[in-house]
Amino acid sequence: MKVDGNNGAICVPATPGKNAIEVRGVRKVFGTGEAQVAALDTVSVSIRENEFFTLLGPSGCGKTTLLRLIAGFDFPSDGEIMLYGEDIAPLPPFKRPVNTVFQSYALFPHMTVAQNIGFGLEMLGKPRAEIDARVAEMLKLVRMEKLAKRRTSQISGGQQQRVALARALAPQPKVLLLDEPLSALDYKLRKEMQIELKRLQHETGITFIFVTHDQEEALTMSDRIAVMSSGKILQVGSPRDIYDRPAERFVADFIGETNFLDARIDSIEEGRAKVTLKSGATISATLPDGFKPDGEATVVIRPEHAKAVKDGGDISGVVENVVYFGTDTHVHIRLDDGETFTVRQQNARGAGTSFERGQRVGIVIGDDAAQILKD
Amino acid sequence: MAKRFSIRQQTGFTAIAAACFVLLYVPIAVLVAYAFNESTSVSEWGGFSLRWFAAAWNNDQVIDASLRSLKIASSAAVIATIAATMAALATTRTRAYRGLTFKYAFINQPLMVPEIVTGVALLIFFAQIKIATGYSGLGYLIAAHTAFCIPFAYLPIRARLENMDLTLERAAADLYATPWKAFRRVTLPLLWPGIIAGLMLAFVISLDDVVITEFVKSGGQDTLPTYMLGQIRRGITPEVNAISTVFLLLSVVIVTLFFFLSRKRD
Ligand SMILES: Nc1ncnc2c1ncn2[C@@H]1O[C@H](COP(=O)(O)OP(=O)(O)O)[C@@H](O)[C@H]1O
Ligand SMILES: [Mg+2]
Repeated sequence: MKVDGNNGAICVPATPGKNAIEVRGVRKVFGTGEAQVAALDTVSVSIRENEFFTLLGPSGCGKTTLLRLIAGFDFPSDGEIMLYGEDIAPLPPFKRPVNTVFQSYALFPHMTVAQNIGFGLEMLGKPRAEIDARVAEMLKLVRMEKLAKRRTSQISGGQQQRVALARALAPQPKVLLLDEPLSALDYKLRKEMQIELKRLQHETGITFIFVTHDQEEALTMSDRIAVMSSGKILQVGSPRDIYDRPAERFVADFIGETNFLDARIDSIEEGRAKVTLKSGATISATLPDGFKPDGEATVVIRPEHAKAVKDGGDISGVVENVVYFGTDTHVHIRLDDGETFTVRQQNARGAGTSFERGQRVGIVIGDDAAQILKD
Repeated sequence: MAKRFSIRQQTGFTAIAAACFVLLYVPIAVLVAYAFNESTSVSEWGGFSLRWFAAAWNNDQVIDASLRSLKIASSAAVIATIAATMAALATTRTRAYRGLTFKYAFINQPLMVPEIVTGVALLIFFAQIKIATGYSGLGYLIAAHTAFCIPFAYLPIRARLENMDLTLERAAADLYATPWKAFRRVTLPLLWPGIIAGLMLAFVISLDDVVITEFVKSGGQDTLPTYMLGQIRRGITPEVNAISTVFLLLSVVIVTLFFFLSRKRD
């Protein structure tokens, strides 16, 4: 490990395709005895260099805890965290080349915007001229040049967010940790900042580990997503993988809307299976990795991957409700076997058919639409 | 029709409140008024004059006692504030543990032990040290005042620390600040209003003390309050009123500053 003369912060040259962070079998337990809580239950994950990696999960699933362990504010009960192949356990937070954008921003209220941004570089002992140049560069990057001399209490929430980002990016960390940075912003500003964050990640080439409980945010921004629940990582993959090929019920349910159907497996070949649904219809479905066949299975079908038709279809039922959403319409159908099924239809001009409550319909399930769950 | 019950409006409340205000402020108002009396009486008005302020100003004993009071109060306040700052950091920047409440009580002990007890205890304790070392300077008074000023300095500092966002210190550490630098650059600047408030409160408390000072002081070590007490025993002139008025003004100014500083938020 090369040690930087200033503060002992380690400097690692960037090599594409490497793992920036490797989390190996990390457990984090809070409390003792009866009151013990496993905030992280044996988590292992690799985060690649230059990646926009998202930890997605409901509140309390351990996202912040994992970030805190990487930043060094807390220590794993078990397991290890590697930064470019080096165990970072012995490094205190102020020696880890990792910076955090806090959920509350945590800007220093007694300093100006520029002083906040320069703080990290100053602590690293960089010469004044270099700090000033870098601060100017960062102010430009987050488009805050005009407000450099303001106190952080004299700028808006969105501007504080930008300052927090600039402050964390200024020392050019190896990894940037972002703990639900957009959750305090209103809808429009959040959309703007999502684009802004993607741009910043692209321009700086820094590895981002982004935490959110908003599935839409995760899908639109990430290179890869890890879906977490109750201290465990359930699935890691690209937004497409996670959305189209959820491996577990929780993942399918948490991300987007989904139809669950019970099925019996008839035959398996090359990662696909022929299954018979309760209604007797036979369809083809994709198997998840590491699937252990035991005859029964749950099949998930996204509402927009199925189509309602007046006649025919793979399965059939009666329309219970039709909900108009502007860009699309949701048709809620009670299947003949008693389960419910939702179909989402685009509202393009002249396209699609309209349905009415009580109408009998068929549902066509696309070739690649059905996915079998692991559990 | 019955009147709606209100906890704020009950028979006698106004009268009791008025009586309290009269007791609090009328004597002080009278005292201040007679500081400007022309005659030598503290109860008979003989016209307006500043002669007693001038008399106090020209009284070497008053000046001597005042300077001693200021010397003791400033030394004790500074030392007590430093100790209180460290105590506040130690008791807030920690996880709650068994015995922490006991520690709070320990630090605030001077608020609970009767002053007269502390006075007697210190008198006996310091007497032994005086015999052993031969030293009889102002050190004893400064030490005694420091001891009872600590809780007064501690409380506003602790309040400030408890209200401080801990993520700020974490952010400093995240941005490569060593613990000492994080303290110097983030914690301390944000703590200043609390420290100043603690300092001023300790200063006023020390300036005002009579009981413990009476017990601990050696001959010729009168502070302003003990000097005034001695004067009153010998018969009162409006000079005491004049000194009291100046004293009052000083306290009011400091306490007002304290009030504004302790209310100041980021
Ligand atoms: N310092 C702590 N002491 C005790 N329990 C904690 C502590 N920090 C987190 N937890 C618990 O660990 C779990 C995960 O918390 P957290 O990582 O903050 O979740 P998230 O960020 O995903 O909402 C929660 O059940 C929480 O109550
Ligand atoms: Mg969290």
